[in-house]
Amino acid sequence: MEGKINTSAPIEYQSEQSKLNILGFWVFLAAEIILFATLFSVFGVLKDRTAGGPAGSEIFEIKDVIIQTLLLLTSSFTAGIVIFEMRRGNRRGLIIWLVITLLFGLGFLSMEINEFMHYYHEGATMQTSAFLSSLFVLLGTHGAHVTLGTGWAILIIIQLLTKGINPTTAGKMHIWSLYWHFLDVIWIFIFTFVYLAGVL
Amino acid sequence: MSNQEKGFPISHIVGFLLSITFTVVALLVALKTDLPKTTIMFVIGGLAVLQAGLQLIMFMHLNEGKDNYSKIIHTVYAIFMAVVIVIGSIWVVTAGHSIH
Repeated sequence: MEGKINTSAPIEYQSEQSKLNILGFWVFLAAEIILFATLFSVFGVLKDRTAGGPAGSEIFEIKDVIIQTLLLLTSSFTAGIVIFEMRRGNRRGLIIWLVITLLFGLGFLSMEINEFMHYYHEGATMQTSAFLSSLFVLLGTHGAHVTLGTGWAILIIIQLLTKGINPTTAGKMHIWSLYWHFLDVIWIFIFTFVYLAGVL
Repeated sequence: MSNQEKGFPISHIVGFLLSITFTVVALLVALKTDLPKTTIMFVIGGLAVLQAGLQLIMFMHLNEGKDNYSKIIHTVYAIFMAVVIVIGSIWVVTAGHSIH
């Protein structure tokens, strides 16, 4: 670690603390990878144990899943634009793109809540089978992360409005964007190995 | 302000178009072809890994900064452990060990 601050680096790297926080957050993301790996392995082991309840191919609405995937992929792109605008020092652009990102995230969440209610009305609840228990835990953990990410972004917007873009708030924004892209990556694996594999 | 980004986020747009492409190709292969199930799983699994790599490098700036080697080694090791946990668990339970 060098003590000197490199002023040609992006703004979030211009504070030693923010640099360390970003590195620390990558360490946290590694732990999150392991958390989701355990949930995926439980699902992979139990996915055929339907105990007389519905199988994935009977309850999955692939059209809705495609829309959810496109919403989250687009929100990941707009979250990339958030960091792009932040590095240009454009606070107004940053906040506008962040709000757009959150709207896509909220669209995703409302579709996921609808999906859970749809399963419930089909008689597919957490108690029905080991398959559905592992499905709800995996999807629910991801959805809870998206919910947390939305609240987190709102808190950062308040700080950006009161303090502007400085190395501290920029570091926080960068860390939030890592979290948001990470949730998109997890969703791609859910999309592939839960939904697409489920309807094959 | 130092280190101004260019006026147009070209690499983000390329990344976005690629990510949509990977998803659409996975959908077409899974739903519109009659390939054997194992082949389809390998193709869409490969596309998911490409998508993850794209997000890590183009959007999460994994290669960026002085700490890039620390980030890459730590993340790659976490991915390795994730693969061991998922493949290992499924293998142990489905390969007949549970009979004993």
